[in-house]
Amino acid sequence: MIRVELGKLFRRPRTWMTIGLLDALPTIVAILLAITGVGPRPGQGPAFLSAVLANGSLFAVAALAIVLPLFLPIAVAVVAGDTIAGEAQAGTLRYLLIRPVGRTRLLVAKLVSVFAFVLVSVVLVAGTGFLVGRALLGNQPLSEVAVTSVSGSTLTPGQIAARTVLAIGYVAFSMLGVAAVALFLSTVTDSALSASMGALAILIGSSLLLTIDAAQALQPYLPTRYWLSFIDLFRDPILWRNVLRGIALQGVYVAVLLGAAWANFATKDVTS
Amino acid sequence: MIVTHALTKRFGSLTAVDSIDLDVRPGDIYGFLGANGSGKTTTVRMLLGLVMATSGRIELLGRPVPADAGRVLDQVGALVEGPAAYGHLSGRANLSLLDASGPRRARGSRSDRGDRVAAALDQVGLGGIGRRPVKAYSLGMRQRLGLAAALLRRPRLLVLDEPTNGLDPQGIREIRELLLRLHAGGTTIFLSSHLLAEVEQLCTRVGVLDRGRLVAQSPLADLQAPTGRTVVRTPDATAALALLDGRVEHRDGDTLLVRVADPAALNALLVGNGVRVRELGPERRSLEQAVLELTGPSTDRADRR
Repeated sequence: MIRVELGKLFRRPRTWMTIGLLDALPTIVAILLAITGVGPRPGQGPAFLSAVLANGSLFAVAALAIVLPLFLPIAVAVVAGDTIAGEAQAGTLRYLLIRPVGRTRLLVAKLVSVFAFVLVSVVLVAGTGFLVGRALLGNQPLSEVAVTSVSGSTLTPGQIAARTVLAIGYVAFSMLGVAAVALFLSTVTDSALSASMGALAILIGSSLLLTIDAAQALQPYLPTRYWLSFIDLFRDPILWRNVLRGIALQGVYVAVLLGAAWANFATKDVTS
Repeated sequence: MIVTHALTKRFGSLTAVDSIDLDVRPGDIYGFLGANGSGKTTTVRMLLGLVMATSGRIELLGRPVPADAGRVLDQVGALVEGPAAYGHLSGRANLSLLDASGPRRARGSRSDRGDRVAAALDQVGLGGIGRRPVKAYSLGMRQRLGLAAALLRRPRLLVLDEPTNGLDPQGIREIRELLLRLHAGGTTIFLSSHLLAEVEQLCTRVGVLDRGRLVAQSPLADLQAPTGRTVVRTPDATAALALLDGRVEHRDGDTLLVRVADPAALNALLVGNGVRVRELGPERRSLEQAVLELTGPSTDRADRR
């Protein structure tokens, strides 16, 4: 069943168009940077963007930082919200269930396919970011690259590569939280759009509350709180505190929401 | 094949299905009849494990539903409230996906999948459909594809809801003949339809649902039982009336409804007295009359109070 769902998702043209759009935005930013040479002042704008003007190898991480606040969550929410609710909307859910496909098995297969989408899109964003960065923003031979970390010291290419892989993993895990929210909503409603929009509303609300001082008591528990903490992976030494908190927080959300999705889906009446 | 004991489904304060005891035997073509809103679709969904019963038991092919449904649903093919498919894929691809989605132990080999899909498409008359995406199909084609999906695994039991919906008379006849062929091959068919003429032609047993209760479940012949009256059509109606006196219960132009013990004797009597008889035979209740007598108004109707 997992293979079937992976096939269904990755053979759909819409999936690749979404990934293409996700890659397009950092590419456009790179082109603009290369043409104008005007970077944001350090501390302003997406992370690493001021650093990439010196060296395009860091653009992989900058690309992640560009899509992370809005575009990547949207893509993940759309795909995850479509999982059960999309089948219900198309009327195909009932035929899957009577094939038969066990409800838990279906849910797990859908979850695996969403996570595969998250991994593939994050890796592709980082990959195209790297290639575009090297092509447009400076392509010193990799072995000679000495990149300044966020803390000011220099990092070897090996360290950069390792930290980039960790960053990719962290971003993917953060997006799993988005997927879990949207998957849960997908089992509650019959409308794929409602499920995706609901997930986005929660995330945008969370981001909003993070800017309000009055919500300080809630802030450590909001789902988007530690999304950008992957930057700490590029400090010297790596600052693990927020990264670990982020992993733990996402882990809790994922466990609770997937449990709720399973409990709901396993016993609900399928009238679609 | 399908047995239910006091099956009930309540949605809040509304009792959609009220303690029904279905009995579908192997080799039946069972017609499931009832007005819109009588609980037919809810019952079918409960039989397939899509909707959870409030109380009562269901046995499908000998196994309890939904507890053990996963084991037997592979042998059941169904069409529930209309067909559905992924619009951006071709009919063939849809059937392949459905075939591949089943439980591993009963999936059959992957190499045969193409043959199974082709065989199912041929059975419903879509063999040459090519790679057109389903969103470009007409209503009749979608209906046929839905039937092909139900037939894909060569099921022992077919649960069909309005299988000829959207088909032209040729199509209806093809499907009827297909169902009769399958029945002859041993498949049990559970059919829900509003086309009473179709049901009369196909079904061996009939169950009638009215506002959630099963008001009749019997062989079709019982519902069509002769009423004890004889229909006589004669051009000499007045003469026949005078002759038969009080035994004529109803007259409609040329047609008389006579209550007699022996239709043959009646025939001899009429002919012997010079009354020309064009047609003479026992009056049978039509299925439509039987169903309308047994059921109340449909819930499609919402009259002002």
